Amino acid sequence: MNPVNYLQILQLAAPETIVTLTVLVVLGADVTVLRGKSIAARFNIGALLAILGCASAALLAFMRHIEANLFNGLLVVSPSSDFFKVALLVLTIFTILISTSGKFTDHVGEYLSLILLGTIGLMFLVSTEDLLMVFIALEFASLALYILTAFNKHNEKSAEAALKYFLFGGMSAAFLLFGFSLLYGIAGSTNLREIALGIAGKGFDPLLLVALVTTVIGFGFKVAAVPFHLWAPDAYEGAPTPSAAFIGSGSKVASFYVLAKIFTLGFIGAEGSAAYHNFLSGWTPVIAIVAALSMVLGNLTAIVQSSVKRLLAYSAIAHAGYMLLGILSNTPVSASAMMFYVITYALTTIGAFGVVTVVEEATGSDTIANFRGLSRRAPGLALCLMIFLLSLGGIPPLAGFIAKFFLFSAVVNAGANLGLLWLVILAIAMSAVSFYYYLRVLKAAYVEDAAEAAPAIQVPLLTFLALVLLAFLVILFGVAPGLLTQFL
Amino acid sequence: MLAWTIYITFFGVLVLMLLPRDNARAARIVALLTAIAGCVVAFVGAIQQANPGEVTTIVKVPWIPSIGANYYLAADGISLVLVVLTGLAAVSGILFSWNIEKRTKEFFAFYLALIGGVYGVFLSFDVLLLFVFYELTIIPKYFLIARWGSTRKEYGAMKLALYSFVGSHLVLIGLIAAWVVAKGQLGHASLDLIELSKVAFPVAFQHWVFPLVFVGFAILAGMWPFHTWAPTGHVAAPTAGSMLLAGVVMKLGAYGCLRVAMVMFPEGVREWQWAIAALAVAGIVYGAGVALVQRDFKFVIGYSSVSHMGFVLLGLATLNTIGLDGAVLQMFSHGIIAGLLFGVVGRMVYDRTHTRDFNDLETMQLGKLIPFAGVTFVIAGVASMGLPGFSGFVAEFQVLMGAWSVFPKLTILSGVGILIGVAYTLRAVQKGFYSDAPPKSVDHDHPFEPITIAERFGAVMLIGASLIIGLFPGLLMNWIEPCFNSPLSMFARLLVKGGSQ
Repeated sequence: MNPVNYLQILQLAAPETIVTLTVLVVLGADVTVLRGKSIAARFNIGALLAILGCASAALLAFMRHIEANLFNGLLVVSPSSDFFKVALLVLTIFTILISTSGKFTDHVGEYLSLILLGTIGLMFLVSTEDLLMVFIALEFASLALYILTAFNKHNEKSAEAALKYFLFGGMSAAFLLFGFSLLYGIAGSTNLREIALGIAGKGFDPLLLVALVTTVIGFGFKVAAVPFHLWAPDAYEGAPTPSAAFIGSGSKVASFYVLAKIFTLGFIGAEGSAAYHNFLSGWTPVIAIVAALSMVLGNLTAIVQSSVKRLLAYSAIAHAGYMLLGILSNTPVSASAMMFYVITYALTTIGAFGVVTVVEEATGSDTIANFRGLSRRAPGLALCLMIFLLSLGGIPPLAGFIAKFFLFSAVVNAGANLGLLWLVILAIAMSAVSFYYYLRVLKAAYVEDAAEAAPAIQVPLLTFLALVLLAFLVILFGVAPGLLTQFL
Repeated sequence: MLAWTIYITFFGVLVLMLLPRDNARAARIVALLTAIAGCVVAFVGAIQQANPGEVTTIVKVPWIPSIGANYYLAADGISLVLVVLTGLAAVSGILFSWNIEKRTKEFFAFYLALIGGVYGVFLSFDVLLLFVFYELTIIPKYFLIARWGSTRKEYGAMKLALYSFVGSHLVLIGLIAAWVVAKGQLGHASLDLIELSKVAFPVAFQHWVFPLVFVGFAILAGMWPFHTWAPTGHVAAPTAGSMLLAGVVMKLGAYGCLRVAMVMFPEGVREWQWAIAALAVAGIVYGAGVALVQRDFKFVIGYSSVSHMGFVLLGLATLNTIGLDGAVLQMFSHGIIAGLLFGVVGRMVYDRTHTRDFNDLETMQLGKLIPFAGVTFVIAGVASMGLPGFSGFVAEFQVLMGAWSVFPKLTILSGVGILIGVAYTLRAVQKGFYSDAPPKSVDHDHPFEPITIAERFGAVMLIGASLIIGLFPGLLMNWIEPCFNSPLSMFARLLVKGGSQ
């Protein structure tokens, strides 16, 4: 066995290291220099430091082009994983920007550093091909997310949401670990590529099926797919809105990246088939069922929500369903289409939550009724909201549309003889449904008038800047998707 | 040059968004100037096009190479006709909504966004681009109706939006499936309409995918029994909104049927030809019949639109040159006439009397109070009935000629629709303007606001257009005919068998 070269690890994990240092700086600054300052000032300065750290880590990850594989896949650095780190860091920066106007906590340093810690977990998650490391990174990130959910101490719902999230998350971790242990038992390794070799040619034994199902369950919880979605609406609703944005964006990107990796690298030869009239047991039909359920249930349940955050939660469940299609069709094209979808979705979601944050701070609640007259009270904000929601609904020329087109065409293309078309038809039909509930929110904002002579809403500058930038990106990636697809 | 219709219009939207909130006058002027500029560009560009029988590329640059999408704008004779129609409808719609006082700037911003999308659809020769513009029109439609409409506006708007969205999603399913099959045949991904029009999709595939795409588009063309959005949508919409809905938006659907569904899947059309014709005739007769018994003036026009669009679909189903010529001309003709009818009812009558109920209107003797409106409506009604001398006659005559050789029985049935059309138009003229019922009350003894110059301009413009095309149909036929006659055109495959009957 080679002696461990710590310098090399540090070098390969340089972006993560920078973010870790940033955590210390932010925490340190908050307890020393910023002590006694106003919350707004602490938020702004802390955010500035955190963003500087994230930006430099992102820049580093973006600039370097290294391929490395340490400790048999425990730490894998490639241009692809580096790009996803950049994406994660960018999402984190946006999350921080929209949380700066938050009044839900006075523990500013802790809040910011928890977001950063979560990001570190997610960054490790995308740069490994080893089940053990996957598990550790996932739990590391999740722990930060649980605490972030509970961060609003003035709101009972926040604590309830966090507890629910934590219990469900813990259970899903148990499932995941159970599945992983079976895989290790079958294949004799925790490395994904070796697992693929290990299970190849063994036929389809029941143990593998159990391993498979438990893995799907574990990840189903993480990405909030039906029937493992129950925590999501409560967590989204109860959590401070920026935390919900983080759960819905960064954590989703990383989870889908690693999910795709596990299934496409680790379960080669156990695909089965989800094609119409041609089901074969394997992992694709299992995911097909989960995906179909998520699309149907998520969209139908979202229709009746009155809280915009819950609506976004159910829409997130539905979108997870669409994304799972990209995994089960299992081709390089569909995988990159899925990643395009996840990234643009994450950007859009942060934007939507950003708008909700502002409206919530100004009006005290996030029900659809509170969005009435938004186009008059804050025209810029309303326009941003329109762009985000229409993108989620899949209206061209926004990113959400082109992402759907990429994804669905790749999925249909993947199945022989249009075998996967049934899933795409379902997805498109459900996406037509989704248009209705996004339009309900927009109707409140643009068509209905505010109840009384409501004052204009002051949008905090930093948040507004982030929202405009996000809206710009959503349009840009819709009009010129090539800018993003070249990295995927 | 024609591409500038799109750019100018969207630039107008931007300018409107930057205007100060409460300056209604500036908003109107900007909107009008934008629409006029677009209209002029459409005219000049159309006249300049040397060979309307061929697809003349305006711009073609790679957009998303990985899926074979290009930013591909082009025009042939059919596009020219519809682009000119859009220009006319846009200008007249603004003239007829000069009196919008509530959030004027936003109204016109949505209005121009809709127009820009419509121009885009008519000029796109890349399926994805066409689809993008097509869906782009849904959102402005919704807000125009929901915000500035009348009678059950939110219901009408949501219904229209959902119908449109479901329709476009049917189209999307078909397009994705076709894209995959075409990719297998061509060996490379392509969304180029001209290229796709040459792909021989398997016959069995065409048989199921054609109805999907066709119906998806035909929903917006008001095909019976998917027409129900049309009357409610038209009635709920503000005047300019219904003018655009009837004038150009329904044409988007018909255009999509022809340009995408029929061109890509000729075998599918032949399989479903009868069904389309039957539904079209059902729409003609049903629309006319229902229009005959309406109490609400606007519902009469709304259902008459369903009836007239039936002729477009019938013309498409004939699959022979004369029928298709007629169908395209009918798109233009109905766009002009329906716009005019909605202008009279929505702006001239409803905005003054605040009622559209025939029982109320009967007692007002509007023919005497606002004679201009009465005369305009009579002319528009006559044009709508299909009297010779107006564009409707030439168009419907050709459709019937084309249909007679393919479906004689259905053609006779659609003749019944025309007869009922005469009846409901006369009824509307009589009840709306020239009733001899005694005045019921003296509520309306105060004179109505006189017809404004803007209204006069708009009305004269549309009447003129209908007359000119009625008297000199060659002006447009010179653009339309070569598209179907040329053996090299994208429609050639469509006509090979159908035309010989």
